[in-house]
Amino acid sequence: MARFIARRILWLFLVLFTVSIITFTLMHAVPGGPFAQEKALPPAVLANINAKYNLDDPFLIQYLNYLGDILLPRITSGKQPKSLEHEFLINIKLPGEGDPTLRWMNWGPSYKSSSRTVNDIFRENLPISFQLGVSALVIAMCIGIPLGIMAALKRNTVYDYAGMGVAIFGVSVPVIITAPLLQYIFGVQLRAVPVSGWGSFQHMILPALALGFTQSALLARLTRASLLQVMNEDYIRTARAKGVSERMVVIRHALKNGMIPVITVIGPLFAALVTGTFVVETIFGIPGMGRFFVTSVTGRDYPVIMGTILLYAIFLVLANLIVDLIYAWVDPRIRFD
Amino acid sequence: MATATQTQTGVINLQEERRQPQSMTRIVVRRFFAHRMAVVGVILLALIVLYVTVGAFFFTEAYANKTNVRAKFAAPSADYPFGTDSVGRDVMARTIYGGQISLAIGVVAMSISVTLGTLIGLAAGYFGGLVDAILMRLVEAILTIPLLILLLLLSRALMEISSSTTVILGREISVTVVVIVIIIGLTSWMGLSRIVRSLVLSLKEQEFVVAARSMGAGNGRIIFGHILPNCVAPIMVSATLEVGVAIVIEAALSFLGFGVMPPTATWGNILNGARQSIDDLWWLWVAPGALIMMTVLAINFIGDGLRDAFDPRSIK
Repeated sequence: MARFIARRILWLFLVLFTVSIITFTLMHAVPGGPFAQEKALPPAVLANINAKYNLDDPFLIQYLNYLGDILLPRITSGKQPKSLEHEFLINIKLPGEGDPTLRWMNWGPSYKSSSRTVNDIFRENLPISFQLGVSALVIAMCIGIPLGIMAALKRNTVYDYAGMGVAIFGVSVPVIITAPLLQYIFGVQLRAVPVSGWGSFQHMILPALALGFTQSALLARLTRASLLQVMNEDYIRTARAKGVSERMVVIRHALKNGMIPVITVIGPLFAALVTGTFVVETIFGIPGMGRFFVTSVTGRDYPVIMGTILLYAIFLVLANLIVDLIYAWVDPRIRFD
Repeated sequence: MATATQTQTGVINLQEERRQPQSMTRIVVRRFFAHRMAVVGVILLALIVLYVTVGAFFFTEAYANKTNVRAKFAAPSADYPFGTDSVGRDVMARTIYGGQISLAIGVVAMSISVTLGTLIGLAAGYFGGLVDAILMRLVEAILTIPLLILLLLLSRALMEISSSTTVILGREISVTVVVIVIIIGLTSWMGLSRIVRSLVLSLKEQEFVVAARSMGAGNGRIIFGHILPNCVAPIMVSATLEVGVAIVIEAALSFLGFGVMPPTATWGNILNGARQSIDDLWWLWVAPGALIMMTVLAINFIGDGLRDAFDPRSIK
């Protein structure tokens, strides 16, 4: 198990390396640069800015510098400007003369909002997206999985048809339609909750519902399909034959095995939801990560683009790792090797 | 079913079987049309296609793109059944021409992604080894980048020509339409390639492939003549669903302002125009929203119907 985890962590670095190369290349393939505006800057000014951010270096050097800033820890001591705290994600005070501090993971500045660094964005905006994403996931699981179970157990009854009817609606209606619809009904007409913004629990209800509803439909369909398949397995017949109550057959034997495909999609779903969902955050005016995805691409804010993509990749690989660990718990036949 | 039917008395009735020889295609077609929701989907989709084609006889495209500031934000009336938008364009005419573009984007993007997904899946599964390893690692790497970021980056990279238009099939269309189609096609083949690959892995070990090879068939003939026809079911289901996915992606991109640029309308960018006026100007988003919803719903019904029709286990 320890070896399995160690190998997967190694795999994480390989994935991050590949993703960073693809993104870095793609980013620089975009014509123009972060400071090429419609109203052209004087060439001297532009050259200065490019030099400040090392954008005049060769492509490969820029890439290696970027990696080095993140991966190589540094120890600073003596007089240290406060801005260092913003540049590095991890700042650990070490014992010794002149306040030596171990600093690690400098994700770089933001070109577009020069007063902030990528770490500031992580620290301030990621928790917002995380909160929203987790609530959406909880909603999705609480609605989707029971709905799927009900539909599977009462196959071809009115419960099944009703449940799956709702689910196919949920899968088909994109969030760009559900979100404004929810805003219109609950925000504008009923005035039950704020239409947009962020700050209180009430602000979270609509976006979490909009996100959760679509995903719950997906989970419901998957749960139903998987459970129907499991219910035909030999071990279910065996369990029934030896006199296990139907309730226990479902809970102990069917559900545990039927949940495997569901858990498989929850991993990536978690990563996608907690790192920010552009569309929902845009519609509801939520200051999460999603907004930075979009604005960083428009403004060619290289460090922000790289940072957010790598962050997503880290979440994705870690979520998949946890999913793999859960597999072994759900189905002891699955072994790590 | 193609098997002998058993009568109530337990006598196997082979005669009836002989009277109705059925090909796989016929079985699938029969099962598909016995699927109630699939038929609803077909009818719904036919109505939408009818709306965007017949509707074009009532309005010209020039009219759909014509601005009339004096009539802006007009509520639905006899003159403008779906009202007008912020520059006084007729929303109904725009949903008709926008619908043509949205549906076309869905179909063409699907063709690109299905072709790519099938070919890559076939190659990875059939040749195995290094080819498989490289292609599947590529799939994993692409899947690790959030889809929308990939779309946004690509659209930035390719969209420098955003204001120009080109003539396709006698119509003047924003170049962005072409770019969007390519982008969506290039970023949505990974799922299908995995499905096809896993199918090929088991198909290539089966006797009919060995038989074909022993008769001297080359790789090309085995792949396209023997293996590909056995992968038709998942490919057709994915192709159907992909049309809906592409329409939604286009809508989301246009909604965020990264999609198809004016003057060309799509359901997505009509919806984008409605973003700031959710509360009072409901007609701006109801029509395009309902059209996107119904189209995707119809496509998903058809996809589900196809999946059940192809599934050998579904006996009804």
